[in-house]
Amino acid sequence: MNSQDLAWLIRRHGIEMTHLSGGSHIGAILSVADIMGVLYTDILKFDSKNPKWDGRDRFILSKGHAGASVYAAIAENGFFDTAELKTHYANGSRLSGHVSHHLPGIDFSTGSLGHGLPVAAGRALAGKQDGKSFRSFVVMGDGECNEGSVWEAAEFANHYKLDNLVAIVDHNHMQSLDYCNNTLEVDMAKRWEGFGWNVIEVDGHNHDELRKALKDTSNSEKKPTVVIAHTVKGKGISFMESDILWHYRFPHDGWEYNCAVNELHKTKPDNVVDPYTPEGCPKCESEPEHCHHTVSETYHPTYYKREVESR
Amino acid sequence: MRDTVIHKLIDLGKKDKDIELITGDLGFGVLKPFWETLPDQFVNAGIAEQNMTGAAAGMALEGKKVFTYSIGNFPTLRCLEQIRNDCAYHNANVNIICVGGGYVYGSLGMSHHATEDIAILRALPDVTVICPGDPIEAALATEKIANTEGTCYLRLGRGGEKVINTSIREFEIGKAYKIRDAKDLDKKVAVFSTGAILEETAKACDMLEEQGIAVEQYSFPSVKPIDKEVIEDCAKRFDHIFTVEEHNIVGGFGGAVAEVMAESGSKAKLHRIGIDDFYCIKVGSQAYLREQVGIDAKGICSKVKEVVSE
Repeated sequence: MNSQDLAWLIRRHGIEMTHLSGGSHIGAILSVADIMGVLYTDILKFDSKNPKWDGRDRFILSKGHAGASVYAAIAENGFFDTAELKTHYANGSRLSGHVSHHLPGIDFSTGSLGHGLPVAAGRALAGKQDGKSFRSFVVMGDGECNEGSVWEAAEFANHYKLDNLVAIVDHNHMQSLDYCNNTLEVDMAKRWEGFGWNVIEVDGHNHDELRKALKDTSNSEKKPTVVIAHTVKGKGISFMESDILWHYRFPHDGWEYNCAVNELHKTKPDNVVDPYTPEGCPKCESEPEHCHHTVSETYHPTYYKREVESR
Repeated sequence: MRDTVIHKLIDLGKKDKDIELITGDLGFGVLKPFWETLPDQFVNAGIAEQNMTGAAAGMALEGKKVFTYSIGNFPTLRCLEQIRNDCAYHNANVNIICVGGGYVYGSLGMSHHATEDIAILRALPDVTVICPGDPIEAALATEKIANTEGTCYLRLGRGGEKVINTSIREFEIGKAYKIRDAKDLDKKVAVFSTGAILEETAKACDMLEEQGIAVEQYSFPSVKPIDKEVIEDCAKRFDHIFTVEEHNIVGGFGGAVAEVMAESGSKAKLHRIGIDDFYCIKVGSQAYLREQVGIDAKGICSKVKEVVSE
């Protein structure tokens, strides 16, 4: 399986899992899908038959709300049966909405933002002390970078020259209620540079750029590396892209689910089989006018297609 | 007891390279012997307790036996969610050392009074809460928790506490230690304390004995898990049980004892001696503040007398 195949399957599983569970965060799952696809094919060292293998690279999905993406990535890599993905959010399931370590292939539970980087830094430091060669990876959200603990860890990692630490920011430019820059304006790259990190900016949907950035992060100055991956929230489903509604809404029965699946089928790699709807969905009407489907008691219509405000 | 703990950690660290001490930029003078002896097992994380605790969890997941170090509420309340999610939930061997439990930093003001920490840490599943009463309990507890999986809170006093518990040989998590048997007098009570208030409590017990009230006294260095056996046994044999803590009476040591007594249906009456649910706005030394809130030897003694002579 190559990175494109895996990224496609992560998207397809993500749609199915949120559809079945009524779970949130499909927008974030879609934005991080390419990052996860590349990590779990070409970058991370792991052994699905021996999940605790000491030589593995350490990985934390710190934006735990995109948990479906890592569940799908490890299931497709044989850590557990992909059929279990359908239990996401369900009573008695091992697959909580946010990442759980009570699963083979996952070392660290997340869900509260700003926890992943400090822990990843601690692991990187311990690895260096013990002369181990693994790298410690952490995927964060851009909204997550509002958290002060991220910057405590950023200082720490720089000071202790943790060049075996690799952070990836899924910079989809949107957070919980709005665009990042409408929330707390920030120049992401400058900020990390200011903390002394090795900063690489890439198109987070371009697998070659991601691979190139992540393959070898060693550098002569022994800096920790951050890959700022510019992404689009909801990437791959046109009506979900850059729409904050899809941070929360799940693809409902009917045109939402059908159109989402059929859009994905347009980009499906030939050798990949859709495990849920091999032929796509037969019925796919276009989006109704005025987007009535998007109005719910917790959703404010002015968020729809909102632009970054000039300040 | 803080120096005792650090010297114990140096001994342990020399034999075991997985022992790690990580500080939030505190411990001037106290930690120096550690970082000079074991520089490769020492990390200063800066004034950043959330990262200190998260990084400690990460190191523990890699097999280290980590001790975080700071004072007052900084290693606990400031980074409570990191203790909960990163350490306890992952069963990480992180031992949180707090120097300054209670009013140790009395004169520094309310920010430095650690007076709700026991209750808060006790509420977290899979966190062991240890409040040694004297340097001997502290040293033995340190060795024990370093080699016990999981997350532990070690709440210390300051330096210079007197040795009280001379009977303890080995530290057992969850065990209370008898400090004195009740003399054969008409009036008898049981007195339990946790943490460094042990010294004042022992003094109070001396005073009570002199005044004709016999005391069976216990030190409870382990608040969670708590020694139910001793509590239930005393509840059968005494009419009055007193708990003493340098901590808010809500949810702390007295609260833990109350839970056991309530569920065991004992007839003994519990009296919690501690800080009666307020922030201390008075300024002064630990001894002064203890006296002001009534948890010095005199205050403890008069509270017991008040009840017994009723």
